[in-house]
Amino acid sequence: MKIVMAIIKPFKLEEVRDALTAIGVHGLTVTEVKGYGRQKGHTEIYRGAEYAVSFLPKIKIEVAIASDQVDKTIDAITTAAKTGQIGDGKIFVINLDHAVRIRTGEADAAAL
Amino acid sequence: MTFKRPYSAGLAAFAVGLLAASSAYAEATVNKGDNAWMMTSTVLVLLMTIPGLALFYGGLVRSKNMLSVLAQVFYTVCIVTIIWVLYGYSLAFTGGSDFIGGFSKAFLKIAPEGKTILDAQAATFTADVNITELIYICFQMTFAAITPALIVGAFAERMKFAAVALFVPLWVTLIYLPIAHMVWYWAGPDAISAALKAVETAADGAAKTAAQAAFETAKTAFSDDGGWIFKKGAIDFAGGTVVHINAGIAGLVGAILIGKRTGYGKDLMAPHSLTMTMIGASLLWVGWFGFNAGSNLEASGGAALAMTNSFVATAAAALAWMFAEWIIKGHPSLLGALSGAVAGLVAVTPAAGFAGPMGAIVLGLVVGVVCLFFCTVIKNALGYDDALDVFGVHCVGGIVGALGTGILVNPALGGTGVMDYTIGKIAEYDLVAQMTSQFWGVCTTLVWSGVGSAILFKVVDVIVGLRATVEVEREGLDITEHTERAYNM
Repeated sequence: MKIVMAIIKPFKLEEVRDALTAIGVHGLTVTEVKGYGRQKGHTEIYRGAEYAVSFLPKIKIEVAIASDQVDKTIDAITTAAKTGQIGDGKIFVINLDHAVRIRTGEADAAAL
Repeated sequence: MTFKRPYSAGLAAFAVGLLAASSAYAEATVNKGDNAWMMTSTVLVLLMTIPGLALFYGGLVRSKNMLSVLAQVFYTVCIVTIIWVLYGYSLAFTGGSDFIGGFSKAFLKIAPEGKTILDAQAATFTADVNITELIYICFQMTFAAITPALIVGAFAERMKFAAVALFVPLWVTLIYLPIAHMVWYWAGPDAISAALKAVETAADGAAKTAAQAAFETAKTAFSDDGGWIFKKGAIDFAGGTVVHINAGIAGLVGAILIGKRTGYGKDLMAPHSLTMTMIGASLLWVGWFGFNAGSNLEASGGAALAMTNSFVATAAAALAWMFAEWIIKGHPSLLGALSGAVAGLVAVTPAAGFAGPMGAIVLGLVVGVVCLFFCTVIKNALGYDDALDVFGVHCVGGIVGALGTGILVNPALGGTGVMDYTIGKIAEYDLVAQMTSQFWGVCTTLVWSGVGSAILFKVVDVIVGLRATVEVEREGLDITEHTERAYNM
């Protein structure tokens, strides 16, 4: 089992969700985050006071999936979240040791 | 402080004026339309402060200090309201000396002989047209309340509430009341106009001579009984000097004495809600019609002129700031437009009833650019942390307005001219004389408020301490000083 974690542009969330639903991924955790990468930040000006805002708002999504779904999932997210502009985000894949569904106590593959 | 005239002499002059006046308006009644307009204006000026100014300022600070600003503004309104009826109105608006009034109307002892306080009347700018004095008292009360509330923007996000709580009543008593008296206190038009009329209508011979002698006495009393800046001939329709220069210079002194906010120039100190600032600025504009058009004291053409000017100068200043910023920085900002609008309102305050509408547009265009320059270039060059630009907008805008009024009052430029009650008509306009008068008003206010405020800040610092600790500042004043949060989400 794997966790696929992706940092994407906020306005791409709905498209990513639709793409993941289409390939059979049912379940997604979304977090509003801030950070920076190659896009760096931007400048805000208030009455002449300039502030370099180095942390940009992004959306972090996390999905837990079976190992054989990883490539499909990465494809779906990449296609849906891509604009071609700097700041589209990144995808990280992490090993998942164990999973439990709280309501039923089902474990691992059955819990996903 | 030294008085030009001893108190007793001033009181005597006042008594003479009162005696002369009482016969003239013995049977005068107030106009209900004027009264209704002035009551409306009074609550409009309250609306400027709460919630207008409070939201305008509150939106500009970080969310952790939102409530501290709201609390300071609300507290200021409440404490000044009480001070005003106890002794504030009396010290500002009774005769006494050139610099401060007396205690004759303290605790609102305004009831005329044998009548109640409901019957007390206050003069307007037209002879024998009065309004109910209680309304005039409440109207002026709202001016006294907003002025110290303006100052809190300068030292926002770092001043202890206890320091604000002590500073505001001291400042109103020792700075605001004398300045209001110096600029606005006068004997009223009734006695002098009645004496002038008597001369004009008297039959020739002995009656004419007697009337002429009575007129000379009334003229002397009229010229003696007024505030120091008023007698210098400075004109200030709705409070450019009394409110804006006065508060603006006090704010600058406070910002310098208390020091910069921790992290100033390094940390992100962006406004937490420009939405609230927009609501606040718009409420200020709405309320300002009470401030400016209300200062006419009658629901007449003069009020309509002040209303028109308060529309056009504000719009012009907002556009000037916005387009100047667009040209210089490459982007038109909402905060720029809002700041320009407030600067325009400040500048048109002294000019509202004196300038023509086209003059008011020019005044707005000028002040929008001048204040932008002060809030950005000058402030950054000098490095003081006037957090919400009280000096850059109110003091600088007030000075532009005060001097601009001296120019734009000229009938040749569409202004109204200045009424001379001793001749019963508009006086001949003299640019040099009028500008000299305006300079007297500006400089007196700058010195009195600048020096006086510095002393008061030092006194408050010794008694309760001005500045919150660095830990409190980092945590935010809301949770540490008030144990509340603005937003629980």
